[in-house]
Amino acid sequence: MTQLTDLGIAAIRDGVAKGDFTATEVATAFNAAVAAAQPALNAFIVTTPEKALEAAAKVDADRAAGKALGTMAGVPIGMKDLFATHGTQTTAASKILEGFKPQYESTVSQKLWDAGAGMLGKLNLDQFAMGSSNETSAFGNVISPWRRPNDTAPLAPGGSSGGSSSAVAARIAPAATGTDTGGSIRQPAAFTGISGIKPTYGRCSRWGVVAFASSLDQAGPMARDVTDCAIMLEAMAGFDPKDSTSLNLSVPEWTAGLNADMKGKKVGIPREYRLDGMDADVAKSWDDGIAWLKDAGAEIVEISLPHTKYALPTYYIIAPAEASSNLARYDGVRYGLRDLPDGAGLQDMYAATRAAGFGPEVKRRIMIGTYVLSAGFYDAYYTQAQKVRTLIARDFTEAFQQVDVILVPTAPSSAFALGEKSADPLEMYLNDVFSVPASLAGLPAMSVPAGLDRNGLPLGLQVIGKAFDEQGVLNASLALEQRAQFSARPAKWW
Amino acid sequence: MSEYRIQGATGEWEVVIGLEVHAQITTNAKLFSGAATAFGAEPNTQVSLVDAAMPGMLPVPNRECIRQAVRTGMAINAQINKWSRFDRKNYFYADLPQGYQISQLYHPIVGEGAIDIQLDDKNPDSVKTIGIERIHVEQDAGKLMHDQHPTMSYVDLNRSGVALMEIVSRPDMRSPAEAGAYLSKLRTILRFVGSCDGNMDQGSMRADVNVSVRKPGDEFGTRTETKNVNSVRFVMAVVEQEAKRQVALIEDGGTVVQETRLYDPDRNETRSMRSKEDAHDYRYFPDPDLLPLELDDAFLEECRASLPELPDAKRTRYEIALGLSAYNAGVLTADVETARWFEALLAETAAKAKKPEAEVAKQAANWLISELFGALNKLGKGLDNSPVSPAAGAELLALIADGTISGSIAKQVLEKMLETGDGAAAIVEREGLKQTSDTGAIEAAIDGILAANADKVEQYKGGKEALFGFFVGQTMKAMQGKANPGVVNELLKKKLS
Repeated sequence: MTQLTDLGIAAIRDGVAKGDFTATEVATAFNAAVAAAQPALNAFIVTTPEKALEAAAKVDADRAAGKALGTMAGVPIGMKDLFATHGTQTTAASKILEGFKPQYESTVSQKLWDAGAGMLGKLNLDQFAMGSSNETSAFGNVISPWRRPNDTAPLAPGGSSGGSSSAVAARIAPAATGTDTGGSIRQPAAFTGISGIKPTYGRCSRWGVVAFASSLDQAGPMARDVTDCAIMLEAMAGFDPKDSTSLNLSVPEWTAGLNADMKGKKVGIPREYRLDGMDADVAKSWDDGIAWLKDAGAEIVEISLPHTKYALPTYYIIAPAEASSNLARYDGVRYGLRDLPDGAGLQDMYAATRAAGFGPEVKRRIMIGTYVLSAGFYDAYYTQAQKVRTLIARDFTEAFQQVDVILVPTAPSSAFALGEKSADPLEMYLNDVFSVPASLAGLPAMSVPAGLDRNGLPLGLQVIGKAFDEQGVLNASLALEQRAQFSARPAKWW
Repeated sequence: MSEYRIQGATGEWEVVIGLEVHAQITTNAKLFSGAATAFGAEPNTQVSLVDAAMPGMLPVPNRECIRQAVRTGMAINAQINKWSRFDRKNYFYADLPQGYQISQLYHPIVGEGAIDIQLDDKNPDSVKTIGIERIHVEQDAGKLMHDQHPTMSYVDLNRSGVALMEIVSRPDMRSPAEAGAYLSKLRTILRFVGSCDGNMDQGSMRADVNVSVRKPGDEFGTRTETKNVNSVRFVMAVVEQEAKRQVALIEDGGTVVQETRLYDPDRNETRSMRSKEDAHDYRYFPDPDLLPLELDDAFLEECRASLPELPDAKRTRYEIALGLSAYNAGVLTADVETARWFEALLAETAAKAKKPEAEVAKQAANWLISELFGALNKLGKGLDNSPVSPAAGAELLALIADGTISGSIAKQVLEKMLETGDGAAAIVEREGLKQTSDTGAIEAAIDGILAANADKVEQYKGGKEALFGFFVGQTMKAMQGKANPGVVNELLKKKLS
């Protein structure tokens, strides 16, 4: 028999429902896997084995009592530590929130618990979700379970949802929540050979999710495959009157609607994404993806998204601008860290608290954001960026008059080693070049594993869809998944 | 209308005034959270997770606050913007949990409007129109308490997130009296609309007073802004003091600095605050947690339909349809509670008399203004806590109208009513104050008086007719005020002829 920790969401849920194993057995197995991997991978900031067991016990009792089970019943998951969890420390991987235990539960996590999921722990991430390698966490780097052949150099699991990607790839969690502001679900999924979808902006409530950039932040699932992502996204999504930007739409039955037949569908290939000096393996995997979708029956159409080259600078104005304001609440007055030097006044307390509480990348983005919003620079930066954002969104709108989905690489390279890019923020920001445009346009986008590069490391392909058309994205991703036949997994070294 | 001028050493100066009035919207819940807004609650008992800016909390606009702002805009005939947007005003302070105030800088919900002020109640030509630039909706901040601990400040977030309207006037006022009249009129309108209770002493309405001075005909001078002035009287005092200060400063060779000032009522002077406007860059930008506010026609129609009769319209109706004097109409419409009280009294009085309201309106208005106001005033009370209800007042007026008691007895009855809370008829009955029309008793009294004043009777008959009033008075006195004056007149005329 396969190990329980090899199973994904659907297999666990169905096995528990059928009585092949109990939810408690599943939770116990994953708790043990988490405990064994934690010293090496540092995927979690806190582990909550008791929460996983408690949820499992309830599922087992409900099953015994003949009650209907939820769509995630018996599935223990990792919760990115950006989601507020009642009574369990929620930090956004920042010192400034160390020890903070919310007296409320985020809408998305509550929906997952209501669907029968349990919590293995709070997953590490880049501090305030700002980063692409999980090197900005105040609670240590997350290590990818992947390694280059004959090389023990620790690799980045991607970011900001690096704890999520590492845990799912290492089989210490069958699935995890992620959040995506400029690629924070898709890029780590690509780096670790797993699947992850950022739905249309507004699908998942932001209530109770520590804010990075409000107009971009969107939660989504990270899991082994497309079907598991569909199941979990259904559980996470839905209108929330507590979030003014929440979409007031019913949640489609994405899982039931999964269909890998691409006959009659048109797939756009934007020429602007084929960058000079593109990594040869990335280019090849993109070509593979095109061939697979053609094989699935799709018509391939070359399209143009002319403002693509402005997406990255636009993103790095808008996201820091919003962040500089969103993070003003961490001031030491009401909760979290307070650094009050002797004889300090209010301004000194702010300065000391924020200096001690925020990491360097967070400070950098607060400063960038403060700068671009300041008098005299606002129009040149923020207003201009908003205009360009509109043009980028219009590019997509026009493209989607010709095609159903767009296929591009998820990231410009496979996983890099820790420390390799952390000295140069600009090089790090370039990691988001393929993921940021869909974020700015609020569109659903998914990364699925496409294969391994010359270093034996996973590469991801990204499907971008029309607003509200998660189904189209999931279906194209399923077609890729079936043809990629991606079965590689990291050798267990921890 | 005489112009207000400050006499300086170099000649006359004109003062230019604009007011930014912060009016707390009357709602049970805050602008973006469900927390309560009652005045005087224990510190930090009306604070939601949103108001405390806990991580991940999001604002959701309170429809009632938006509705009240729209209704207020309609009441000042302003342009209502069907598309408006909330912006963040960023600054750090311990009473501002989010680190920003959600406000509306670029696209306010209400655009240009105007209100008319009348400087002299008895002179309809003293009306002046004051322009209103905009009304926007924003969050209030919390409160810091610096006197509770030797080294620490305490924070009370009860007010944090409470909905305010900021009503920004044009710099159209030219005297303390105009500023006072504008603020009073604005408060009257807000109370009529029901969008703000106007209680300045509780902080639900306060004004930032912008003042500058210039030689008449010159360009505007540099203005100062005196913050959070909380009474009409103080606003007038600020204008006066600040204008004088600026004139003296300029004439001494100084220049007025654009700055924020505070008013100290104890010393009746304004003082410079830390110059906030220069120090802060508020980094306004659209709040990404909120969608633009879009108002549909049905909502606007509902807002318009729910507006009550407004003070100016009511005043005109009182004058034209009810025949009240301009002064009485002004007094009765200066406050929504007074108007409400008057209209209740009027309805009851007309019903009892079985007459149209217009026929009893003068009697009711006169009694309310000259009798009840005075009597309440003596007791240190107002209409809001009057022991006499409109129905009770109408009962008293009915007794006068049907001749049961005279006007002078009515004064005594009113005093007893205020004292005991009893009804007029019961008091008249109990105290035996019913007016008599018994000709026998009145005749007897008249005979006695004429006999005792034979000399005056002679003078009267000799042509000194003014003495008639003396005989009436004496008769009434002898009858202890209870004689029907009509009968007394009639009998006296007969006996003296």
